[in-house]
Amino acid sequence: MQRLRFGPLVTVLALGAAILGAPFYLSIYWVIILTEILIMSLFAMSFNLLFGYTGLLSFGQAGFFGAGAYLAVLTLIHGPASLWVALLAGFLGAAVLALAIGWLCVRRDEIYFAILTLGFGMMLFTVAHNWRSVTGGSDGLGNFTLPELGVLGWNISVFNPKHFYFLVLFIVAVGVVVLFRVVHSPFGLLLKGTRENSMRVSFVGANVRSVRLFAFVTAGALAGLAGALFAFFNRIASPEMVHWAFSGKAVLMTILGGSGVFLGPAVGAGLFFVLEHYITAYTTNWLIILGAILVVLVLLFPKGVLGSVLEFRTRFRKGP
Amino acid sequence: MEGILANVLNGLSWGMLLFLISVGLTTVFGVMGVLNFAHGSLFMLGAYLCMQFVRWLGSFWLGLLLGPPLVATLAVVIERFLLRPLYGRDVSFQLLLTFGLMLFLDDGVRLIWGAAYHVVTPPEILAGVVPLFSQTYPVYRIFLVVLGPLVGAALWAFFAFTRWGKTLRAAAMDREMAEIIGVRVPVMFTAVFAFGAWLAALGGALAAPHQSVGPAMGEHIIIESFIVVVIGGMGSFPGAFVGALILGLLSSFGTTLLPDVQMALPYMLLALVLLTRPRGLFGEDV
Amino acid sequence: MPGQAILEVRNLGRSFGRFQALSDVSLSLERGRLSALIGPNGAGKTTFYNVVSGRYRPTSGKVLFEGRDISGWPSHRLVGMGLLRSFQITNIFPALTVLENILVPLVVHYGLSFSCLAAIGKRRDLAEEAEQILARVGLTGRSHTMVSTLAYGDKRLIEIAMVLARRPRLVLLDEPTAGMNPAETDRMIGLIRELAESSDTTFFITEHDMKVVFSVAEKIFVLNQGSLLAEGSPAEIRENSEVKRAYLGGSLDAAGF
Repeated sequence: MQRLRFGPLVTVLALGAAILGAPFYLSIYWVIILTEILIMSLFAMSFNLLFGYTGLLSFGQAGFFGAGAYLAVLTLIHGPASLWVALLAGFLGAAVLALAIGWLCVRRDEIYFAILTLGFGMMLFTVAHNWRSVTGGSDGLGNFTLPELGVLGWNISVFNPKHFYFLVLFIVAVGVVVLFRVVHSPFGLLLKGTRENSMRVSFVGANVRSVRLFAFVTAGALAGLAGALFAFFNRIASPEMVHWAFSGKAVLMTILGGSGVFLGPAVGAGLFFVLEHYITAYTTNWLIILGAILVVLVLLFPKGVLGSVLEFRTRFRKGP
Repeated sequence: MEGILANVLNGLSWGMLLFLISVGLTTVFGVMGVLNFAHGSLFMLGAYLCMQFVRWLGSFWLGLLLGPPLVATLAVVIERFLLRPLYGRDVSFQLLLTFGLMLFLDDGVRLIWGAAYHVVTPPEILAGVVPLFSQTYPVYRIFLVVLGPLVGAALWAFFAFTRWGKTLRAAAMDREMAEIIGVRVPVMFTAVFAFGAWLAALGGALAAPHQSVGPAMGEHIIIESFIVVVIGGMGSFPGAFVGALILGLLSSFGTTLLPDVQMALPYMLLALVLLTRPRGLFGEDV
Repeated sequence: MPGQAILEVRNLGRSFGRFQALSDVSLSLERGRLSALIGPNGAGKTTFYNVVSGRYRPTSGKVLFEGRDISGWPSHRLVGMGLLRSFQITNIFPALTVLENILVPLVVHYGLSFSCLAAIGKRRDLAEEAEQILARVGLTGRSHTMVSTLAYGDKRLIEIAMVLARRPRLVLLDEPTAGMNPAETDRMIGLIRELAESSDTTFFITEHDMKVVFSVAEKIFVLNQGSLLAEGSPAEIRENSEVKRAYLGGSLDAAGF
């Protein structure tokens, strides 16, 4: 059980304040980048609920992310002009999808689970890519406008990147709080147990499949929420958001930041974008560098950047 | 009639290429327990190297001969220095490592050869078309259809009759026992990985005249070969053959008969197999 | 009710392909009596435990728990009914703390498996109960240590504690003293005896260490090559020539009798 100590608490609060106040001291360019980092943080953290906490490696989370994107856009096109409704549609739709797919996937372990999730994710990709009449095919769905955001009686335009930033920040914060509560709940403890020793979990009386399914649905729903935000951000829902390569991004960000730390994936997302920003200035072949970084991380720093930093600090404190 | 025959031949020729890459993947998994995401990239490297040798030396056969061993050498380095440290650890880390390798190699290819697609013309003897009822059909594809089973038979003979082949099969069944009777497992692992890479690169080289050579080759084929290996049974040689044929024919007939759904068919088959008979057609109990 | 059968096994069989690990085993465990299952290596003791605890389905025959046919039921369901087992090879949660290892079964026991928004840190009641259980097995003061850093003997104690957390009616202890030195073994014997006497849990242990068996068991079942060879009181089993022969072709001293 975690009691937040003074040091980390101060760091988190300071970081929180910096993020909250970003639009006031950063240029629009960086506000927009930070917006994208926040959205991807939510996506990566939802992935890590499965990977870091439950021990399930899924290469299909983009399926739910992309589904959330498409469902949100479809709601805006065919339904009420309300961002809240669209977000809800993305969230719930992805949850239902995750329930159906997860029910099938949790019947298998490890490698088979990874391949199954990859397969289902790609099935969703085929739907997004081929069902032109509904999803716009390979062009995606882009012909929609973002309505104004209704907040407590006021109508706020989200065309202003600063306003949009605060919307994203709010939704992501809610998602992160939900994840925090889940991870520190009795269910969260059970997830960790499943990761450590799933056989033992069934021998203390829990149905491992149900536990995994619940985690899968939670992760999928939050991925869908992130996807909806991403669609708003890019003004389009496109098949790339459903492709397994996009799932790979969440995996990369998590490993980069550290799967063993709650905020690891968020840090990873930030690092990912910063790296991309600087490296693509020099070369278009930045995937080589990313691939190399992943290899180095897996071999030498499996705890990721944040994880390694925290471990180093603990060791340093304890002394020789 | 000729439509069906053409589809069958298309399916078989593509199936043979899939077989070459999948048999390497399944053998590596069966003996080492490693599922190599970068396997498709090795296939692609084989294709690119073949193309390069054709440019330098003017001979497709030389490309076929020289490319794969180079890729195998790269594989030795990869196994020895990158994979070996991970053997004791969680399977997820091996997957992640090979995933990172895939990114590296796929983009590396782009760096060296650019992002354009290249065409490799088949050698004189195999170029051109033959009459097929009222239409014509590429000779090269027929060559692949004939070559596939020959390579398959050679591999089968290798596994069944040679000492090395039998050792591999024994190790795949029981690694500990193999160590006890004196097999040097680390050396064997390197050899198996290199062998798998050689086969994949050979497949790539053979694929070069069949389809255009481009940087997306790797990621496209890795998923298909995952599916082949799962359907056939992970670690199973006959499984790789039958699975590759099934997927090849499915792909070919699917494109003609069900163009909209065709892309999803392999994944649906994958899910069906994993959920009803996870060990695949010829695999061992999961 | 003391004296009633808590576990009944009828003509139980389990085969793996062509290998018959258990054939036609029938026995009945009396509630409240500490019984033991012994047999030479490969007799099928662990397979028997695996079938009874739901890890494998029987290929023939039935298992009845408190009169109910539970043949083929999954393990987690059996646990819910009060049928638990511990493992010969320590099977706990390495990267969790000592306290967390006991909290996991408690969480499940109190139906909190899917309670996902409450903070487990705030549940002082669960933590206290976990501490009590740890105290019962003799593991105090190390609640927040990572289990992977514990000594082997202590890990075996956690193994038992996790089982106790679910207030079991029947516990199958699979070689509880496996790998222990004499001091730890004595400690474990004392613990098992004390637990058996102070609660209405029925204990069924399987062991290689005959000293353990003969010092705690009230009834002994002997398994040999997948079938039940003999059953009776410790004295009866000691005198049984079939048992002697099964173990080492007559030399009982070597077997530890």
